[in-house]
Amino acid sequence: MFTPLGAAVTMMLLLRGDDEQAQHNVKILTLTATLATFLISLLVFVEFNPSRPDFQLVEEAAWLFGLLYKVGIDGISILFVLLTTFLMPVTVLACWQVKHRVKEFMAALLVLECFMIGVFCSLDLVLFYLFFEAGLIPMFLIIGIWGGTEKIYASFKFFLYTLLGSILMLIAMIALWLMSGTSDITALMAVDVPSETIRVLGFSVIGGVQTMMWLAFFASFAVKLPMWPVHTWLPDAHVQAPTGGSVILAAILLKMGGYGFLRFSLPIFPIASEILAPFVMGLSVIAIIYTSLVALMQEDMKKLIAYSSVAHMGFVTLGIFSVNKQGIDGAIFQMISHGFISAALFLAIGVIYDRQKTRAIADFGGLVVRMPIYACVFIFFTLANVGLPGTSGFVGEFLTLAGAFQVSTWLTVLAATGVILSACYALWLARRVVFGDLIKESLAEIVDMSPREIVVVLPLVAMTLILGLYPSLVTDIIDVSVNHLIMHITQSQQAVMIK
Amino acid sequence: MIIGQDIVTLLPEIVLVLYAMVALLWGVIFTKKDSSEDSGRLPLYVTSLVLFALALWIALNPEETRLAFNDTFTDDLLARFAKVTILLSAALILLIGREFLEAHQMLKFEFPVLVCFAVVGMMVMVSASDLMVLYVGVELQALSLYVLAAFHRDNSRSTEAGLKYFVLGALSSGLLLFGASFVYGYSGTTQFVGIAESLTTESSTGLLIGLIFILVGLAFKVSAAPFHMWVPDVYEGSPTPVTALFATAPKVAAIILLARLLFEAFGEALQHWQLILIIVSVASMFLGAIAAIGQQDIKRLMAYSSIAHMGYALMGLAAGTPEGVQSMLTYIAIYVVMNVGTFSFILLMKREGRYVTDIDSLKLCARQMPTHALSLLVLLFSLAGIVPMVGFFAKLYVFLAVIDADLLELALAGAIASVIGAYYYLRIVYLMYFGDDDGERLDRPSSLVGQAIVIFTALIMVVGVINLLELTEMASRATQSLFN
Repeated sequence: MFTPLGAAVTMMLLLRGDDEQAQHNVKILTLTATLATFLISLLVFVEFNPSRPDFQLVEEAAWLFGLLYKVGIDGISILFVLLTTFLMPVTVLACWQVKHRVKEFMAALLVLECFMIGVFCSLDLVLFYLFFEAGLIPMFLIIGIWGGTEKIYASFKFFLYTLLGSILMLIAMIALWLMSGTSDITALMAVDVPSETIRVLGFSVIGGVQTMMWLAFFASFAVKLPMWPVHTWLPDAHVQAPTGGSVILAAILLKMGGYGFLRFSLPIFPIASEILAPFVMGLSVIAIIYTSLVALMQEDMKKLIAYSSVAHMGFVTLGIFSVNKQGIDGAIFQMISHGFISAALFLAIGVIYDRQKTRAIADFGGLVVRMPIYACVFIFFTLANVGLPGTSGFVGEFLTLAGAFQVSTWLTVLAATGVILSACYALWLARRVVFGDLIKESLAEIVDMSPREIVVVLPLVAMTLILGLYPSLVTDIIDVSVNHLIMHITQSQQAVMIK
Repeated sequence: MIIGQDIVTLLPEIVLVLYAMVALLWGVIFTKKDSSEDSGRLPLYVTSLVLFALALWIALNPEETRLAFNDTFTDDLLARFAKVTILLSAALILLIGREFLEAHQMLKFEFPVLVCFAVVGMMVMVSASDLMVLYVGVELQALSLYVLAAFHRDNSRSTEAGLKYFVLGALSSGLLLFGASFVYGYSGTTQFVGIAESLTTESSTGLLIGLIFILVGLAFKVSAAPFHMWVPDVYEGSPTPVTALFATAPKVAAIILLARLLFEAFGEALQHWQLILIIVSVASMFLGAIAAIGQQDIKRLMAYSSIAHMGYALMGLAAGTPEGVQSMLTYIAIYVVMNVGTFSFILLMKREGRYVTDIDSLKLCARQMPTHALSLLVLLFSLAGIVPMVGFFAKLYVFLAVIDADLLELALAGAIASVIGAYYYLRIVYLMYFGDDDGERLDRPSSLVGQAIVIFTALIMVVGVINLLELTEMASRATQSLFN
């Protein structure tokens, strides 16, 4: 009944089989595989009943020493699964131009897809960790083999940074597992992790064990998301990754961090989340403002978009840790919408990079003259990135700000300036790249988007518009699950207060 | 007690010794002096067959714990677990090393015979429940290994390695013996059971001093920091098949001997040796992880890697619980599989017909031999303990035991060391896959056995995730036999 995981694996094995096939066949096969996975996930979606708050379509089997192989979906995870499966065919199409070791590249993409779906479906701590970490290997190879000039530095930084974050989470997971005797996520939600103040190395820690564990999980998710002080791997990784790699990185891998907050930090450590929420929200606001300012000064287009991703993820954490309906709805919405928009922006940069082999903003200008379609697409997504009403970006930002407003007016005001700043850098970027006179000689012969490239961006344009105009498409699905989550958190917080 | 019963218990060891002697005689009688090039091929195959057969025999031996020779020799599940691991790894290493030995005119019949004697020594070690038997086992394997390290007689590095190994190994044996005599002096017995009894009755400072000396001696043998100095040089200088042997079988023997000694004889003194093990384990993990970063020779790199891995295995022992021992057994068995795989790859590394070991020669070998490079990648990620390979579960299991024993700091240290360690494994991957193209490539691999083993072990690393090949189950039964 629940098979995208298995599908991806089988497709990958199928692909391994055809060594002698031409590169073209490999690409076609990968495309079919990803499309098939998308279709399967759509079927799963049809079977999914959004009015139930619990996990559905659960598959369970005993595994190593008391661990479970348990997968299933709720309203939140189904969206991320759909996002993943939707973007994969797009990414494969976008990577049509890869000429160098095609088979390995496509295999890496498929393995990665399998792991990403696994992350969003696993209902067992260690299984989650397994998928969460395993995604590093194909991504490391994608950046390292097919990346740009500084690829080695970038891939090592990416790998070691995220590994350090997650290994701390692993230790906390083991401790949590031993403490509660179960590694099943649904059972863990009911576990009351002790939150009495304890003393560690002479400091008294409010929230006790819960805070310690929360911090360990936070280390991993914050690096992955990435949040402000630990975001520095992202620009490097993005700039050096090939277009397809950037798309997956920005659109899906980053969302694992946000998903982790929703799935672990909030429901399992409600007290610690309450205590540390101001801290996270503070970091988020710093991230929004600081990285927007940094983005203003970037010379490299990909770096600019990378920093803007960090800023947008700031909205996500802001929404999640305001712990109310608007906030969490908004955060999820923002993640989905950012998945489409950032993917499209990286694709757009990929289009001109393929032609000019440069990403420096200074090398472009006046593209609208030679590339009218491209200019339209670029402007559309720039505006969506800014959060223009009518696009999905607006809904996400509006909802998170509305959620945060109920918690802290001042933080919201500060965060809202981030919206203005994002307009500054994004529109300035558009002006410098797309508008102006076409004076650069190197651009005189540049051609507009090919039909393939148009096919690639069209679904993204469609999704951005649909979600912008009809947001309940998303909110209806997550509604029950989010209510359930919030109810769970408030109940456990009250339970502790009564004690 | 009837002596016949004792002999039955020792039968596998006796068979192996007899076989080795027969092989030795056969070699002496039938080898012509002038054409000695291929004199070892037949004994090598026969030996590895014998080792396989013995492993099968011991594995199928259904009986429960047996004691022999006045309880100085224990044949329990723990010993059998270790013996099977030792025999299998030695047999596989003989097979993968054949080509290398032939290419360097080292395939003399003495080689497999020496390996046999070393293996007997190790088998005695893991069964020893008496300090004398322990020492006899340790010396038998050590003396054979000294000779093996210097087996490449015409090569100054190899003789240097042999000498260095001998001098430092003799020193460690001396310390071990000194500690053993202390223990004997204060407890009046060399038997593990007797030592345990005397620990419960009287004040035991002398016993503890003895224990510390024994621990130092054995730390030499398992190559744990800070007693690791000999490891990189010996690994680098020895012929590669011998290095592969060093990295696997003796490590298993020494650490299981350590486990038996600590839990059977000194189980009461847990609070005294636990701290020592923690320090040794943390030191090994960090030293192994950091010192390996700068290495240019893959054998040296594997030397530091094995130091780090011993740190993790000792971490399991340091937990001082049955779960800890169980995790150590699982870890060491997985470690052996990974090392056999990696060394078979190293034994495939040839450029223009000559064996090479510098890391740079791996440059872009992914293009030359994609399947093997992918297998090595899997093995390296597994060594680094990255999901979803089996190596991760080995580490997870150790961490689990350690945290369960309330040693959270130790687990944290191990986690951090494993991130540092990941760097140098990644460096090899980077060379294989992303390096700059300078035109120099490795030759296509020629040894079929080696290729098969590389691919097979890599498959184990991936497929084993499904149930860890029931390894935890076996380890848990072996542990039960230790703790009764």
